[in-house]
Amino acid sequence: MTLPTSASAIHVSRLSKTYFVPEREAGLKAALKSLVRRKTRAVKAVDHISFDIAPGAVVGFLGPNGAGKTTTLKMLSGLLYSTDGEARVLGHIPSRRERDFLRQITLVMGNRNQLQWDLPALDSFDLIRAIYRLPAADFTRARDEYVALLEVGPLVKKPVRNLSLGERMKMEIIGALLHQPKVLFLDEPTIGLDVTMQRRIRSFVAEYNRRYGATVLLTSHYMADVEALCKRVIVIHHGRILYDGDLSGLVEKFSAYKTIGVTLEDGTADLASYGAVVGNEAGKVSLRVPKTETAAITARLLADLPIADLTVEDPPIEDVIERVFAQGASEEQAA
Amino acid sequence: MSALLDYYWTNAKLSVIEQFQYPVANYFYMIGMIAEPVIYLVVWSTVARAQGGEVGGYTPGAFAAYYIVWTLVRNMNIVFTPYGWEWRIRTGQLSVSLLRPLHPLHSDISFFAGWKFVVIVLWLPLAAFLSLVFKPALNPTVLEIGVFFLAIWGAYLIRTMLLWLLGMLSFWTTRVSALFELYFALELLLSGRLVPLSLMPPWVQTLAGYLPFKWAFQFPIESLVGQLSPVELMAGLGMQVFWIAAGALVLQGVWRFAIRHYTAVGG
Repeated sequence: MTLPTSASAIHVSRLSKTYFVPEREAGLKAALKSLVRRKTRAVKAVDHISFDIAPGAVVGFLGPNGAGKTTTLKMLSGLLYSTDGEARVLGHIPSRRERDFLRQITLVMGNRNQLQWDLPALDSFDLIRAIYRLPAADFTRARDEYVALLEVGPLVKKPVRNLSLGERMKMEIIGALLHQPKVLFLDEPTIGLDVTMQRRIRSFVAEYNRRYGATVLLTSHYMADVEALCKRVIVIHHGRILYDGDLSGLVEKFSAYKTIGVTLEDGTADLASYGAVVGNEAGKVSLRVPKTETAAITARLLADLPIADLTVEDPPIEDVIERVFAQGASEEQAA
Repeated sequence: MSALLDYYWTNAKLSVIEQFQYPVANYFYMIGMIAEPVIYLVVWSTVARAQGGEVGGYTPGAFAAYYIVWTLVRNMNIVFTPYGWEWRIRTGQLSVSLLRPLHPLHSDISFFAGWKFVVIVLWLPLAAFLSLVFKPALNPTVLEIGVFFLAIWGAYLIRTMLLWLLGMLSFWTTRVSALFELYFALELLLSGRLVPLSLMPPWVQTLAGYLPFKWAFQFPIESLVGQLSPVELMAGLGMQVFWIAAGALVLQGVWRFAIRHYTAVGG
């Protein structure tokens, strides 16, 4: 998806990152040999990727572990220098780490801690106020607004070390957004959290995007996050983009199957001749059928059997994503 | 400038609050640290007495003064070490700092500066106790006290610059703490930490004069307990300013280059 560079909040063109990783065989002999001659291997973490994201868009950045998602986010937030290509965020070149750029972005990582461990989060928030030179009134308003939205009022005075993982994550998100960034890079923000906490953070991100028109690039292994927040997804695998487009288009493009849910009036019948039976719960049988034959099979079922209820659904997004990764891997092996 | 001062004040204040979360642990840590100077003090006092009351111009009372003031200077000298650098890269804390629109050096200076205030408060009763036991010969003038107060902060800044430069090697190697051990040996010998430099061979004293270590350790001690003239006191402060400025300049140059090598392995 390409936009004019000036219209993009995030512009990425043939961006690459290669790491040089030390490598040696196991054993003492190899260890001694590596003292004299150290071998390194070039690993292309990100391989000439290009995309543009419009201001205010929420985009899912998907891929298996090691696909290059976090490396890309680190390059876009100015933590890493790219090996090749170009990146611009809000018109800035991230690696220059200009103050004006850093004031307008945030990177939230699910496993990172920016709060003072032994102090209440309120103290850390005050430090963030000083770092970003926030006017007292703006700071207080933003802080109180986020505290109310995430319902953490009683927790902000407790030392961070006494908070649960989910509570800490909420505080981290508040701390990361106090300066009201225009671009949010969210790297697994709901990792390790229970379903309720995931939902709360999801709705907070959606609300922040709605209120402030912020651009969000989100990575998550929880498809519920992606489905709830992102219309568009970019799928990356082995550093290359496999898909960039609407989430619904992803299902359309990569899913060769649909699922037909059938509930019979008398509750008994062998449906294996209509498609692959992939589930049978509370009288509802799930059939996986080729997408191109869905209409015909549905018509046959309705004509042949006493149907109480029938649904046609796309497969779960997790299955589709898995299929995309598998296809990407097989294409690379064939190349 | 006022925004930067506000940041320094806020971070130093948080550091003080954090240190007071664990006052007993801090105190025990400090008490543990006095073992080293007390050993030096006992050894050199014994040598002085064996040699007729003094060695190299130092009487047992002068040694007591030197090593009691040493305890404060040593604590003022504690800064973020290469071990800390390894930790903050491994845990992703450096990435947190780099995402902020403020050089991470400001964070270290202000945080440890807050800690120093706690150190000074905790040091006072400890110094009183050591003075009762070892009877230091200490009669500073008002000028010496004033210079000492400035010199301990100068020492803190010099050592911050030096260990930051060393710590930045973490961008190229993951085990910079090994180099720190080498640095530590040099510093021990050439700073006046192990023994007053006037007891060292003349060539060591000359060499030490050209290096920064002495200005971060012996000079602050001597400014209070020594017999430095007002000119020497002012020249000493001047040398501290020189080393701080030189350190900051080199640090800024290396930083721009080093940051390109950051791989953010820890997050």
